[in-house]
Amino acid sequence: MAYQIIVCGGLAPDPLQTLEPVATPAGPALKNEMMLPAVFDPWASHALYEAAHLARQHAGSTIKVVSLAPKAKLQQVMMTVAQKLPFELVPLDGPGGGFTDAASVASALAGAIAAIPGLDKSQLLVFGGWESATRGAGVVMQMVGEKLGITEQFLAVDELKVDAGGALVIKERVEGGRHQVSRCAAPPAVLAWATGNLPEPANHPQTGMANMRAMMPALQKAKAASLASAITYAEVALPAVTRQTRIVKDVPAAEIAREIAEWIKQ
Amino acid sequence: MPASTTTSQRELLRTLPGDDIRQILWKFADRFDLQMLVQSVRAVARGPVARLVAQGGRLTHDWTPEKNALLAEYDAAGITAAFMKPEEGGYLEGPKNLALSLIAFEIAWVDAGAATGSMATHLGLAPIHERGTPEQRAHYMSVCAPAPGQEPKRAAFALTEPLPYVGVETGLLSGKVRVAEWPEGGEPLLEVSKRGRFITGMGFANIVSAAVESDDPRLHGTMMVILEEGDPGIFDRGTPTKKLVHQLSSTSDPVFQLKVPASRIIGGYRVVDGRIVPNYDHGAIIEAVFRRTRVTVGLITAAKLLSAVEPLIRYHRDRFRGSGAGAPGSPRYDLGLQQKEDVTHRLLDVWATGEACASLGFATARLFDDLDPIEKEKDRVLAEQGITGGMSMVKALRKRSVEAIEYLDQRSRSEALRNKARYSALAADPVIQYLALDAQANVLCPATKLWNTGIGSRMMREAVSLMGGYGITEDCPGFLGYKWIDTQLEATYEGPEAVQRRQLSLTMTSEVFLAQFRTWIHEMRRVAANEPGTGACTLASAMHLWVWTLEHLQQAKDANGQKLYQSNRQGVTFPMADALCWLLASRCQILDVQRLRSEGAGAIQEGFEGTVQFLTDLCHIQASRAAGEVSRICSELVFGYLRHPSWDNAPECSTCFKEEELQQIESIIPGASGFTSEYLMEDGTHSTKAGPCVRAEGLGDFTKLRSKLDGCLAGALLAKDRASESLQKVMIPAALDYPQ
Repeated sequence: MAYQIIVCGGLAPDPLQTLEPVATPAGPALKNEMMLPAVFDPWASHALYEAAHLARQHAGSTIKVVSLAPKAKLQQVMMTVAQKLPFELVPLDGPGGGFTDAASVASALAGAIAAIPGLDKSQLLVFGGWESATRGAGVVMQMVGEKLGITEQFLAVDELKVDAGGALVIKERVEGGRHQVSRCAAPPAVLAWATGNLPEPANHPQTGMANMRAMMPALQKAKAASLASAITYAEVALPAVTRQTRIVKDVPAAEIAREIAEWIKQ
Repeated sequence: MPASTTTSQRELLRTLPGDDIRQILWKFADRFDLQMLVQSVRAVARGPVARLVAQGGRLTHDWTPEKNALLAEYDAAGITAAFMKPEEGGYLEGPKNLALSLIAFEIAWVDAGAATGSMATHLGLAPIHERGTPEQRAHYMSVCAPAPGQEPKRAAFALTEPLPYVGVETGLLSGKVRVAEWPEGGEPLLEVSKRGRFITGMGFANIVSAAVESDDPRLHGTMMVILEEGDPGIFDRGTPTKKLVHQLSSTSDPVFQLKVPASRIIGGYRVVDGRIVPNYDHGAIIEAVFRRTRVTVGLITAAKLLSAVEPLIRYHRDRFRGSGAGAPGSPRYDLGLQQKEDVTHRLLDVWATGEACASLGFATARLFDDLDPIEKEKDRVLAEQGITGGMSMVKALRKRSVEAIEYLDQRSRSEALRNKARYSALAADPVIQYLALDAQANVLCPATKLWNTGIGSRMMREAVSLMGGYGITEDCPGFLGYKWIDTQLEATYEGPEAVQRRQLSLTMTSEVFLAQFRTWIHEMRRVAANEPGTGACTLASAMHLWVWTLEHLQQAKDANGQKLYQSNRQGVTFPMADALCWLLASRCQILDVQRLRSEGAGAIQEGFEGTVQFLTDLCHIQASRAAGEVSRICSELVFGYLRHPSWDNAPECSTCFKEEELQQIESIIPGASGFTSEYLMEDGTHSTKAGPCVRAEGLGDFTKLRSKLDGCLAGALLAKDRASESLQKVMIPAALDYPQ
């Protein structure tokens, strides 16, 4: 069976950058956010790589990436991502930081997906990360599914297989380091991926060239997404880093290890 | 007052210039193919390459399995195929000079040896690409292109002069070729004997482009021959070279004793009077290859200088953190060593040089991209006239150089003052276009190689020194110590500095180039009129001084009556070449920032003003340094060959006052005697100096130009103070994006 796979994925600042929240008239933002290099959201990347694998296994499958982000940044990021697998980009020009409202982001994504011509729900799989690396709300994919009328939703997915009968066999993370295995008879379904278990596809420059030829015009025509939000932020701050150092002398390594293990257990 | 205590309301540099800025500066913002290439190459450089360096991969000169594993990474990133046309297995359309330069730049950001190693196959294939027959090109490019399920062949380039100290000139080749068999009506079989030395890529190459000369009356002259692993005979990779640098590149001294068909002569051959005559001698092939590949070498050094900026800022800023000596929020904690002006000013010198190196290198690479199709069109047009190469081509081009100069003159005028019909005709003529571009390329290529690696090497040492003792350890962030020592190889291979200076000393006196250069002086004045703080005016004055000096030296003689500007007088010609390089680099840097200023405002969404201001200040800093160098060199050359006037030479003392005359003058106008120190004392002796001061007869113009240039330095150090403030406040990433 051929699938129509939609991957929802935004951008995140390069994790090595200095991230400093600042207050702006439009609400909180990161200092120099538009100047910082960005990467494709790591959780969405896992979803994309799993999509690539699935599409390779099922001839005729297509992948479209719906991305809400500043289009200039998106263009830079696509220079890397586009070399990994063939896909079509559906860009939405809008803020990509961690201070947007999850509901409005979900509305924008669902609207863009619904507007894709030739969408066939009997083949539709909507992929995304189980949360974003920027906001981490963990609710966008569920809301996208609801807005699209897709009620088969799987969260924190680590594996997807298609059995001989065409059913989707999905492994989701649950508490205690365990997995829950579900069987979904057929699309449509929403899969919000955790890490998955497949590696990053190898780079293929020719694929990148073919992708970018279509992406550049799409990026230029990208529509601005309006993200209405009633959220107000009382305060934003980086997680506090605490360092508790104790200098000891003449303590055996085994004793130090025991003490560290005790501390971890607490 | 230390710069650290100054504050301003101006826009400062907020973050280090990112890809969006660089794409405009180096003019590939409209090339998504190159932008993709940069990203994929960067992932290899800052991933597998950096990890290997950090794990100590450089600590052996052997070609290890870990080093060999990088080749597959280069293939996957598209580095290997970047050299090929799409129909040969590549993916980039058109000329590849800028693409290859960007590859070299990105990898050298981490390790220069890896950059060299990644492009060894390109160099090995370059003779075939530039001068091979269509069949040779089609075959060897395709077998070296990575493809699914196919291990690509790899190539090496084996030039090699004889070993030193054996009484043989280095202009001779060490390889020999003889006719082994020549069946009646069949293809000759050649026997090639070659011992290579310092051959890059020999640890893994399957194909070798070898330069050899005839050792057989049935073969004419020199040639390049393609050797393959598997040809009958000896294909011995030889012992690894015990080099101290570029350890992620394979280098060894191979031995070849192989029989190959004559169809392996690069560019083919013809049989004339029973002799095999190659269509191209080895010199013609090498010239075509090196004039392009030398540019990438220059960019390797440029990358290293710019890569040093971030780790140095971090080191300086964090220097005292964690020591308890300064509380968070205190200047000592926040700025560390950046409180001291010397630290920021010296780093600005490194940064400005890096920017100038990159601007010069990328401008030259783009120039070759422009030149490549025009050169082919020129060849086609001249071939239609029956001119196909050799001296006939040289003569034909020489005849048209006057028109090329006319074209440049017309181009420099405003449209209103142009002879439109004439200008259009000249602009549409590929021969004229070729002459104009070729004259530039002949200067810019050796200038990039010479200046980027030579001055770059000195500035890399400065960068290492700014890291203190840490700089010369294996733990140094950014591998600065390795980068420094590697620069010495970059200054040497593909033609050491003397070779580049020699080439420049010839090409920079081309009338076509000089006509172009004069228009560049006006170009810089125009930039200065619109953007006074760029240093363009300073540079224009320095360029004027250089041209004046060149014209003077070409006519002048030394105190012994010997002509100054002549081929073997390298004490004159080489410094002038050095001076020119400073000017060219600074000009390219200013033009790049001008492009950013005009094209970037709409494209860069945040921090544009501060970035442009900072880069402009770097231009000003660099222009003033260039002006200082040019001024020093020109003064030394103009005055240095004059004999110093002597007290013993009576005519030279004819204007000396007597002491009593000065006393009389002093009695009438107190203080007036101080205007001269050249007087004869009562005891017949002169004042205590070497002789009368030099009177610059005929050099008044030079003195005026030099004096003007001194004044043009105004503002340069204010620019440095401004840039220094940016350096203290610019936001940098929390950590380097590659291991150490």
